[in-house]
Amino acid sequence: MTLLDINKLTVEFPTRRKVFRAVDAASLTVEPGQIHGLVGESGAGKSTIGAAVLGLLERPGHITGGDIVFKGDTISGLNADAMRKLRGKKISMIFQDPLTSLNPLFTVKEQLVETIQAHHDVSDAEATQRARDLIDRVGIPDPDTRLDQYPHQFSGGMRQRVVIALALCSEPDVIIADEPTTALDVSVQAQILDLIKELARERQVGVILVTHDMGVIAETTDVVTVMYAGEVVESGPTEQVMGRPEHPYTKSLIAAVPRPTLKLHRFPQISYGGRETRFAIEDLARNWPKVENDPSKPLYEIKGITKRFLQKRGLLPWNREYFTAVDQVSFDIKPGEVFGVVGESGSGKSTVARMIAGLYQVDEGEVIFDGKTVSNLSDKATQEAYRQDIQMIFQDPFSSLNPRMRVDEIVAEPIRHHKLMEGNAIQKRVEDLLDQVGLGASAALKYPHEFSGGQRQRISIARALATQPRFLICDEPTSALDVSIQAQILNILKDLQEHLGLTMLFISHDLPVVRQMCDRVAVMKAGKIAEIQDTESLFANPQTEYTRELLDLMPKLDDLSTENLE
Amino acid sequence: MLAYIIRRVFQSVIVLLVVGLVAFSMFRFVGDPIDNMLGQERTQADIDRLRTELGLDQPFPVQYFKFLQGAVEGNFGVSYRQGRPVSTIIAERAPATLELALVSGFFAITLGIALGVFTAIRRNGIAANTIMTLSLIGVSLPTFLIGILLIYIFSVELDLLPSFGRGDTVQIGGWSTGFLTASGLKALILPSITLGLYQMTLIMRLVRSEMLEVLRADYVRFARARGLAERAINFRHALKNTLVPVITVTGLQLGSIIAFAIITETVFQWPGVGLLFINAIQFVDIPVMAAYLMLISVMFVGINLIVDLLYFAIDPRLRVDGRTA
Repeated sequence: MTLLDINKLTVEFPTRRKVFRAVDAASLTVEPGQIHGLVGESGAGKSTIGAAVLGLLERPGHITGGDIVFKGDTISGLNADAMRKLRGKKISMIFQDPLTSLNPLFTVKEQLVETIQAHHDVSDAEATQRARDLIDRVGIPDPDTRLDQYPHQFSGGMRQRVVIALALCSEPDVIIADEPTTALDVSVQAQILDLIKELARERQVGVILVTHDMGVIAETTDVVTVMYAGEVVESGPTEQVMGRPEHPYTKSLIAAVPRPTLKLHRFPQISYGGRETRFAIEDLARNWPKVENDPSKPLYEIKGITKRFLQKRGLLPWNREYFTAVDQVSFDIKPGEVFGVVGESGSGKSTVARMIAGLYQVDEGEVIFDGKTVSNLSDKATQEAYRQDIQMIFQDPFSSLNPRMRVDEIVAEPIRHHKLMEGNAIQKRVEDLLDQVGLGASAALKYPHEFSGGQRQRISIARALATQPRFLICDEPTSALDVSIQAQILNILKDLQEHLGLTMLFISHDLPVVRQMCDRVAVMKAGKIAEIQDTESLFANPQTEYTRELLDLMPKLDDLSTENLE
Repeated sequence: MLAYIIRRVFQSVIVLLVVGLVAFSMFRFVGDPIDNMLGQERTQADIDRLRTELGLDQPFPVQYFKFLQGAVEGNFGVSYRQGRPVSTIIAERAPATLELALVSGFFAITLGIALGVFTAIRRNGIAANTIMTLSLIGVSLPTFLIGILLIYIFSVELDLLPSFGRGDTVQIGGWSTGFLTASGLKALILPSITLGLYQMTLIMRLVRSEMLEVLRADYVRFARARGLAERAINFRHALKNTLVPVITVTGLQLGSIIAFAIITETVFQWPGVGLLFINAIQFVDIPVMAAYLMLISVMFVGINLIVDLLYFAIDPRLRVDGRTA
């Protein structure tokens, strides 16, 4: 019997100007023990479907058409009280970010016991016993001590296990998992997905897995539904949809996924829906100072840099404890190359970037740029000159732009700071830059919140190019973006390297992206470099056990259609 | 934890010393106490003799040092005006102020939190909006005006409550309490409301805005998705998370309830330390002023220490940092 039948569901959000239709006549069904993938880009309405099933739509959103049938009973349109009884008991939810979905002020046990007692009439002792069993079941070692700990004492992956345990408290029939692994490292992601798969089989729970990650879909789901702008564009068994997509949107979406096994010159861009993809690299190159790259001499020599962070303060030096974030890291970066640094979170890759940028002091070792030492500079003039040569692009396009500054002020700031131009010339240059990154000069007078994530990242790029730097540090520049936007941004970065001769440090945890972008790659583990190799030989022939493990964890995308690829 | 408390106490001592120093450096601008103390027929010799007797001829750091010396032994000197030891005078007056502060603080916190939660949960309801509008009045009206209004309505027009004084008090040891007699309790009502109204509206508005923030948090959405009851979500999950910023502000406000009871005490002729201080200023009674200022700063510092310790009790994340920091 079908567990959940969503039939022509329409959800609308009335706004002052017009009614926004977030979900438009979407239908899908979930069987017991089945994992149903719901895939699409941000704004496609996939999370809204999940919220509608649980009756948790944010106001003023409401269901305007279709119905949701759970085990034969229509549950859409139930009143709040009846919906609450259903929520958690029959249908549970797992949220995206395990860091924020647990209440920080209560122990894991308190949260579990409270939820168990909300659904079952059991004594404290029995609820505690059940909580223990659940913690044990989701694979958290040492459940007895862990139960009495607070969420902040758990790592990201462990917290997501707690979240899953909470969702299982009431033995639900359907679990809606909204991007359950997006915030996690690849190795942890694989474990959590395995756990969800196992639970679905073992307890015959139907799972709706909402995600934008095609790799997760291909590895985990039985059936997949592809959404675009609130509509279902394609639906069917995962192998069929991924391997032989029929709808043009699905085709272009799959084509934009970076492949771990195949190096492409450029990313295929999603052509569906007519999006802005222009990047006027030729215009930009015309005014760019000619850089002579001497390939025999490295641009950067990183010599044994080490960074320690104080972990425990103490009045006496020997009472202090330090955490070594980066330990004796050395490498060279050749002019004109894209040098990749990969590793899991906490491996020290961002710290390395910050030391190179001069944002952190170096505790040991030296950073040499173009023959000159640039680490721990105390001389203001040299420091300023160095800063003009390097620029950074950050991960989060939402927090890396000052929301109170206009876009033209943001882009002009580095020019003004380094006194590169004056008066009207600055305005002209800013407009040119914005035009070249594909935003158009009219973007100058707007504020960052008026732009989407991809457009903001273009603003970041324009800002980084404003001083005409020789070196760019890109710290996970696309991990917050949709796959189609990611392809556009990566193509822009590739153009910068090819046409302007820019050297880049590219930091990422996403191996397929690294394979597409980088010439050479350093793999970092626990603050140390595990190995450095040319990208192609690293993927073909990893030298260390750790790299091999990382490569094994990459989602296998062999089943994905290769249509549209070059 | 112990090391933290010791460090905080050490810091507090420094704060107290600085407050005293500033106070003493300003006393010379308040006026000359000698003028008030001696009658019209004083001679220059009288003036000089009294000045030397009181130690007022010495530079203020020396005066301050002598004051500290005495304070350490529990001796705050003798009031110029009343001729009695300052510690005795303050001990007589303090219960009145502390009882008033206690009642109005209790009134401000309970009602402030309750109304704050209510207005946050029913954020578009008519009742909540009415409360929010009325609270603006509480914030914007000056304390003395509220006091006078209350006296006019409840004492003059309705004749329900006394307009001044503490009513009958009962002596328990050295403490005179108004809690045990009907007239004492009645006398507390109007001054407490006057003193606590501003704090209450402040706490209410703070709780409301924090609450609105927290209700949008993922863990509240997740609590809903798990099917927890609305009451458990609002009062357990959400309220506890709003408390840290609320405690910060409330702590400071409680300090000022005691410190700024002066105005309320003046309006209601409440025989507390605030009224004592006002009189002391008029008479340039330096020992009383000095002792009062020190007392107030001890209270502020103490309340702040309690507030910081409450953080640890509420937020487990700080406990870990506390050990490492």
